[in-house]
Amino acid sequence: MIIYGVALLATCTLIGISIGQILGSLIGVPANVGGVGIAMILLILAGSYLHKRGLIDVKTEQGIEFWSAIYIPVVVAMAAKQNVFGALSGGPMAILAGVSAVAAAFALVPVIDRMGRSPMDSPASQTKRVGG
Amino acid sequence: MYESLLLVSTKYSLITGFAVIGFTMWFSYWLSARLTRGRVHGSAIAILLGLTMAYASGLFTGGSKGVVDIPLLSGIGLLGGTMLRDFAIVATGFGVNIEEIKRAGTAGVTALFLGILSSFAVGAAIAMAFGYTDAVSITTIGAGAVTYIVGPVTGAAIGASSEVMALSIAAGLVKSILVMVVTPFVAPLIGLNNPRTAVIFGGLMGTSSGVAAGLAATDPKLVPYGCLTAAFYTALGCLLGPSMLFILMRTMLPA
Repeated sequence: MIIYGVALLATCTLIGISIGQILGSLIGVPANVGGVGIAMILLILAGSYLHKRGLIDVKTEQGIEFWSAIYIPVVVAMAAKQNVFGALSGGPMAILAGVSAVAAAFALVPVIDRMGRSPMDSPASQTKRVGG
Repeated sequence: MYESLLLVSTKYSLITGFAVIGFTMWFSYWLSARLTRGRVHGSAIAILLGLTMAYASGLFTGGSKGVVDIPLLSGIGLLGGTMLRDFAIVATGFGVNIEEIKRAGTAGVTALFLGILSSFAVGAAIAMAFGYTDAVSITTIGAGAVTYIVGPVTGAAIGASSEVMALSIAAGLVKSILVMVVTPFVAPLIGLNNPRTAVIFGGLMGTSSGVAAGLAATDPKLVPYGCLTAAFYTALGCLLGPSMLFILMRTMLPA
């Protein structure tokens, strides 16, 4: 039944977010520590366990897939409720700080990607690559 | 007549949200096919449209919640709120390959720390360039460049002025909006097309909304990988901001 999938998703989300909240209060930060990530891993583990046991059928999967497909509209709604006017009226310093932080992070993506590759993944990485 | 419509749209707010966002999606995909021949992804256009509508309603209503400040559209707040956003993000994890995550684990952790440090350093440097000299203000603005939650959390903990806190929130908002808009265009240049770089990207950018929307407009398959690392970013930033980073700034600068 479709509701089984939705309920599994809801349970994993609630457990993950709760763990994140408890972790946050334990280390004393007013934020959720990885709740969404923990929930996602719970769902992946629960899903593959139930799949192996043959306890999950197509209808149950549809209950999860619907929410996964509704994700982009949810993100569009989220974009529509941002304080865009406030961000842009924050003045040149706020804009410049935000823009530079994004530029720095984009530039670091290929750097970390190359840094962490083990020799197994790319045989060429043993001879140090220059430039790029 | 307006009163009747308002009554329906508040009573059935989430349903109104579905209808309005559905229409926006249809219009965006139509624009994408017609004007760009599919080169600019429909979801990228939809996100851009959403942000433009949010700007316009901020301009006219003077509110801070985008289109949610327009009474007829309040349902968009529920549809795009934290609850449904997190629920949908977790759902995208269902198709994830756990081996990919294990393989990118170390790189993801490195990205988290480097992401917070680099955003903070850049933000702090710009605060100094604009004439701030005290460690409290510089730390708060630097923390704002981490995310718009880390900024005010750090500022409140170390006693920043409300004006500086507002600036740090604005810096974080600019970051998150910019990530939503430019990620699909920058992605091909930085190799953001596989789970590994998505994990790194999520750790470096960290803004949950920016990463969620940026990856959605780039390749929806990458969303769970990026959101997984981004989920730890704000908390790590809140942990480092008022402690290590503030102490670092205070030793480097006169109080």
